[in-house]
Amino acid sequence: MSDFAAVARGVTKRFGRTLALDDVSIEIRAGESHALVGRNGAGKSTLVSILTGMQVPDTGEVSFFGEPAPPVADRAAWRRHVACVYQKSTVVPELSVAENLFINRQDLGGGTFGGLISWKKLRAEASALLETYDVAVRPDELVSALTVEQRQLVEIARALSIGSRFVILDEPTAQLDGPAIERLFDRMRSLQDRGVTFLFISHHLQEVYEVCQTVTVYRDARHIVTAPVAEMSKPDLIEAMTGEAGGLNVPSGDDRPSSVEEVLKVSSLSGESFSDISLSATRGEVIGLAGSASSGKHEFAETVYGLRKPSVGTISVNGAVVRGGDVPAALKAGIGCVPRDRHHQGLVLDLSIAENATMSTAGSFVWPSAQRSAGSTAIASYDVKAAGPDQPVSDLSGGNQQKVVMARALAGDPSVLVLINPTAGVDVKSKESLLGVVDAQARRGKAAIVVSDELDDLRVCDRVLVMFHGSVVREFSRGWRDQELIAAIEGMSSE
Amino acid sequence: MTKAMTPPVPAPAPPGKQKFQFARYQDLALVPVIIILLVIGAILSPIFLTPGNLIAVLTQQSELSLLVLGQAMILIVGKMDLSLESTVGLAPALAVALIIPAASGGLDVGLPAWMALPLCLLIGVLIGGLNGFLILKVGLSGFMVTLGMLTMLRGLQLAITEGKSLIDVPESFLYLGSTTWLGLPAAVWICIVCYAAGIFVLKYLRAGRSLYAIGGNSEAARAAGIRVDRVVWLVLIIGSVLAVVAGILMTGRLGSVAATQGEGMIFQVFAAAVIGGISLQGGKGTLFGALSGVLMLGLVEQILRLQGVSGFYIKASYGAVIILALIVTRFATGQKQE
Repeated sequence: MSDFAAVARGVTKRFGRTLALDDVSIEIRAGESHALVGRNGAGKSTLVSILTGMQVPDTGEVSFFGEPAPPVADRAAWRRHVACVYQKSTVVPELSVAENLFINRQDLGGGTFGGLISWKKLRAEASALLETYDVAVRPDELVSALTVEQRQLVEIARALSIGSRFVILDEPTAQLDGPAIERLFDRMRSLQDRGVTFLFISHHLQEVYEVCQTVTVYRDARHIVTAPVAEMSKPDLIEAMTGEAGGLNVPSGDDRPSSVEEVLKVSSLSGESFSDISLSATRGEVIGLAGSASSGKHEFAETVYGLRKPSVGTISVNGAVVRGGDVPAALKAGIGCVPRDRHHQGLVLDLSIAENATMSTAGSFVWPSAQRSAGSTAIASYDVKAAGPDQPVSDLSGGNQQKVVMARALAGDPSVLVLINPTAGVDVKSKESLLGVVDAQARRGKAAIVVSDELDDLRVCDRVLVMFHGSVVREFSRGWRDQELIAAIEGMSSE
Repeated sequence: MTKAMTPPVPAPAPPGKQKFQFARYQDLALVPVIIILLVIGAILSPIFLTPGNLIAVLTQQSELSLLVLGQAMILIVGKMDLSLESTVGLAPALAVALIIPAASGGLDVGLPAWMALPLCLLIGVLIGGLNGFLILKVGLSGFMVTLGMLTMLRGLQLAITEGKSLIDVPESFLYLGSTTWLGLPAAVWICIVCYAAGIFVLKYLRAGRSLYAIGGNSEAARAAGIRVDRVVWLVLIIGSVLAVVAGILMTGRLGSVAATQGEGMIFQVFAAAVIGGISLQGGKGTLFGALSGVLMLGLVEQILRLQGVSGFYIKASYGAVIILALIVTRFATGQKQE
């Protein structure tokens, strides 16, 4: 036995001309929660695929509890050493929870001659396993019917039942809301008490401080630092990640000129998951909309943009009523939107930057030269790191993809911007630059609604509305305190 | 940005009451429809419920059902094989042509007649194996490979037979196509055995369950240690072999290999599979469901035929039945189909 659950030494990995990992190391002490942070493209994902045996390093070695890693072909051995809960799920949605727990090792106890699957036994063992790890789902439920949180728990339980005591969580909190994140952390802590080691990957530095003991920072495919979390201040951590001193440099915009000219007016709007919401935004005003995943904030924002049909109420831009549930009408009226999920609603990954950026403005004719120059303008004005306007967006990092989505939202020079999770899953630098764009657009007289529960996103806003169970419950003006706002988001304020 | 001050909240309790989920019982969904069709048939025609008529329905559907069995498994692993229908014609035609003399339209190779069956099955293995090689090893699109294969095999059969039917069919084929065991045609028994085996394997063997894992999320299957390519390859081969068996039964039943044997069947194959609840996206559906899809189409056809409806309208009715079945499933499950 060794003190280290997993060790990688001198690992280098190239993909074609790209150096994904450059002689990096990581040592994960048994029984700790070890954070791995770094900007998009730092090499985190590559390290995860090497630590899980999905890829072979060009040079360097990996060991688990002092034993060298098994050969790549021996999946069963890898699964006993290490388990990973990826962002992308590794469960089969159309099969039951029980079957997913025992996938490819379904208990072979049935039949007189053995060798058959005994469904009864399988369900019983699944129940026992779910109970051991306190996972409150029914074994015969289809996995496709589970929430993201339940799905992750099933994956963790499966990993532990195989015998792995080292679990990699690859951005597990990205799709969870506040209370679910907290429950995940409680569970990590209790499993840690039972001797489980975690490698935790997240873009949210606060989470690192909350749940991890050690942090390793990668930058540009190289190992930068490994230190106890307690000895690493947030500015130091950000400096290690970005290579620049200083914390997150988000424009607060408190010197933005205000105006009384109303641009957007929403009158007692009701729809799916929210009811009777009125608000009005003036030129240059940025309104934050916070709330948990079930608060109805996304549904409200998507209704304003025309993706959903309102049941009652009206939306008007510059005094003219916009037809509800009609995206082209919203675009025409001057509402631009950064949708909730760039992979599903934001981008066509195989198309070029130019095509994606101009998708919602292109008229009946598409002139390739005009499109290209619009693409080049987008790259220049929104600081997209790309080879050129013809590059497919699938090549770009998450942050740069999000900038393309932003470019598209702004392409028609809208007077109202609806931004849903504008900085989700992007690194610190991209976050700064995206929020800088929001500030700059507000200064040019646009009104914006920023839907997010990231405090950094909300700092750029002139006021923040908090939604809970479909209604606006609190309004904060500039200078709110984090705790107050979070309490309101969680529905803990006494209103 | 997490909420350090949130009090620990218990994980959500499992829903206490189980809602009726249509999706769970989807493989039984066609059973009431089949019963209704039997009732309608009995009302419209006095001979409908006689054993002779029902056995006729089963016999007519036996070849289709074998193709559906193969295609259903291929669809469950997330692939599709369009070439099954020309395999139905080519395999018997090639095997027969290698045996019979040139005077009867053969190739004058003169292989002994006992080799007809093994040769046929071998041809099936080769076609499925080649499909698998092109799709899995070369990395071509399954749809296009099997579409190409569909046309190529059909053309090959026409070239070998010069567009003529082969009527000098070996005894073994004729026996399988016409004999009855315990009062049921051999073809029906063969189907029953194949379906029983398939249903059993897909429910109780790890290898069978891996089909669902692969079709549902092939990356997850790979990560779980399932040899994805090997399983898919095997399923493609089994599919082709089942198509060959269907071809042998059809040849035996009709007493000849027509140049167009099997033509147009692939459409019915997909129809039966989809109506029976097999998802074209993979990972979903059961062989029992697929079988009931076949029976349903067979009953509709027989009812129309006994009513003296022209064959052209029967063909049109297939299309209508499929669309109707899709509409019913769409609203019963509340899920949009992609």
